[in-house]
Amino acid sequence: MPIAFIFNFLESIGHSLYGLCAAIGRIFIFAMKAVSHIFMPPFFARITLKQFMDIGFYSLPVVGMTALFTGMVLALQSYTGFTRFNAENAIASVVVLSITRELAPVLAGLMVAGRVGAAIAAEIGTMRVTEQIDALVTLSVNPFKYLIVPRIVAGTLMLPVLVLIGDIIGIMGGYLVSVHALDFSVGSYLKQTYEVLESADVISGLVKAAAFGFIVTLMGCYHGFNSGRGAQGVGAATTNAVVSASILILISNYILTQVFFS
Amino acid sequence: MNADKTDSNKNTPMIKMTNVKKSFGTKHVLCGVNLEVQKGESLVVIGGSGTGKSVLLKNILGMMEPDEGTIEVDGEVTTHIKGRARVELMHKFGMLFQSAALFDSLPVWENVAFGLIHGEKMPKAQAREIAIEKIRAVGLSAMVGDLFPAELSGGMQKRVGLARAIATSPEIIFFDEPTTGLDPIMADVINDLICQSVKELGATALSITHDMASARKIADKVAMIYEGKIIWCGKVDELDNSGNPYVDQFIHGRADGPITKHSDFVQKKSA
Repeated sequence: MPIAFIFNFLESIGHSLYGLCAAIGRIFIFAMKAVSHIFMPPFFARITLKQFMDIGFYSLPVVGMTALFTGMVLALQSYTGFTRFNAENAIASVVVLSITRELAPVLAGLMVAGRVGAAIAAEIGTMRVTEQIDALVTLSVNPFKYLIVPRIVAGTLMLPVLVLIGDIIGIMGGYLVSVHALDFSVGSYLKQTYEVLESADVISGLVKAAAFGFIVTLMGCYHGFNSGRGAQGVGAATTNAVVSASILILISNYILTQVFFS
Repeated sequence: MNADKTDSNKNTPMIKMTNVKKSFGTKHVLCGVNLEVQKGESLVVIGGSGTGKSVLLKNILGMMEPDEGTIEVDGEVTTHIKGRARVELMHKFGMLFQSAALFDSLPVWENVAFGLIHGEKMPKAQAREIAIEKIRAVGLSAMVGDLFPAELSGGMQKRVGLARAIATSPEIIFFDEPTTGLDPIMADVINDLICQSVKELGATALSITHDMASARKIADKVAMIYEGKIIWCGKVDELDNSGNPYVDQFIHGRADGPITKHSDFVQKKSA
């Protein structure tokens, strides 16, 4: 009896592991296929431009608000911590480095995963369920080029732009709290921010952002494209897109940080 | 010699399926389908729900790959072709989907012109003109062109779907349950439009349906699929004298007969 139990247990672990490997393989093949189609004509410029608007421009309020309040909270929290050690002067450095290196790219990535990743999965999933993707094929249009490539290109290129704007807004949030609520002098705060910031900090954040943009749009497209039938299938695709994108963002953030700063 | 060649071309079936098999896991959906559709002919495949009618179409279109057997389109073996060659091949096809499958992000005229603009690289203005002409041909006013699919009724969506299927003047048109979900009068209107447009284009038509009124109207020939095989194929006027008990039960819509008897057996066995 206990042996049977152990075998059952091992079998279920093996089954899950097998499923995970298969899923990773499928996503990898999907990604390779998508990337290869980026460089092969025909190109759908107008549709790509529309995705730039949808993914980039319309995510601006969400990313801006996130960055603003993160910068503000960061200043407030580090003040309460640092006053204990008389290290208030380090607040500007903490805000600028945390925002540019980590918080702006990761939080923007997560917010865009919720906003854009979910929308992509739901839209493409619905197109799959209502046979619109099959219709594309019968009209001699490759769905990868028409649906997947524009979204992945727009996501990969627009997230760094969003993060750059988020960097500026986030640092401004920290500045506002420090100067207006915590009575720092404008000159010394800005001087410290400027002195501590290096271009590598910003660039590493932007490279991360590009990777996160790719992950978010890829997951949205993959789960939507392989959506199950009916409303339930599309619902599951949307959930999976957001969850997998968020987890992959956090994992790849660690790996990229290790690569950049070790 | 030349005459011979034209003759053999004429005799080449537009679509030929030989011993096509397709399974999903342990479920055998197509179990050796043999089917021929001649040029300019309208063949209707009838059969109950879940007998593999849609899988049959998807195999021909390359959206699914058969496990065994060969598929030929106009004499060319297309069973496993992919990529650009498949995209080229799709120029020959038009399809009306069961749910119309219109692109809801595009206005009606762009839906109809989609294959012309993106598939055939036609300038937009010219494609729009053809689209409006096709929208008129299926009995809708040109103003419908500027509406979005969500603003149309089911019958109008089917008409637009038909206009889109015929817009590129394809050689082969597939109709996937063209009358499902329509009232009898609208169904008949769609049947008429199908007959008319297929005739005007001189196209080969392959339809799948379980609506017998529709099958009788649009078919030159009828084939019945049952348990993944074509069990009967003949001219539409032979349908009532097929001598096949399965066909008889299906076309008369009887609850009692060999089809239900068999499925009863399956149920008992699995219970």
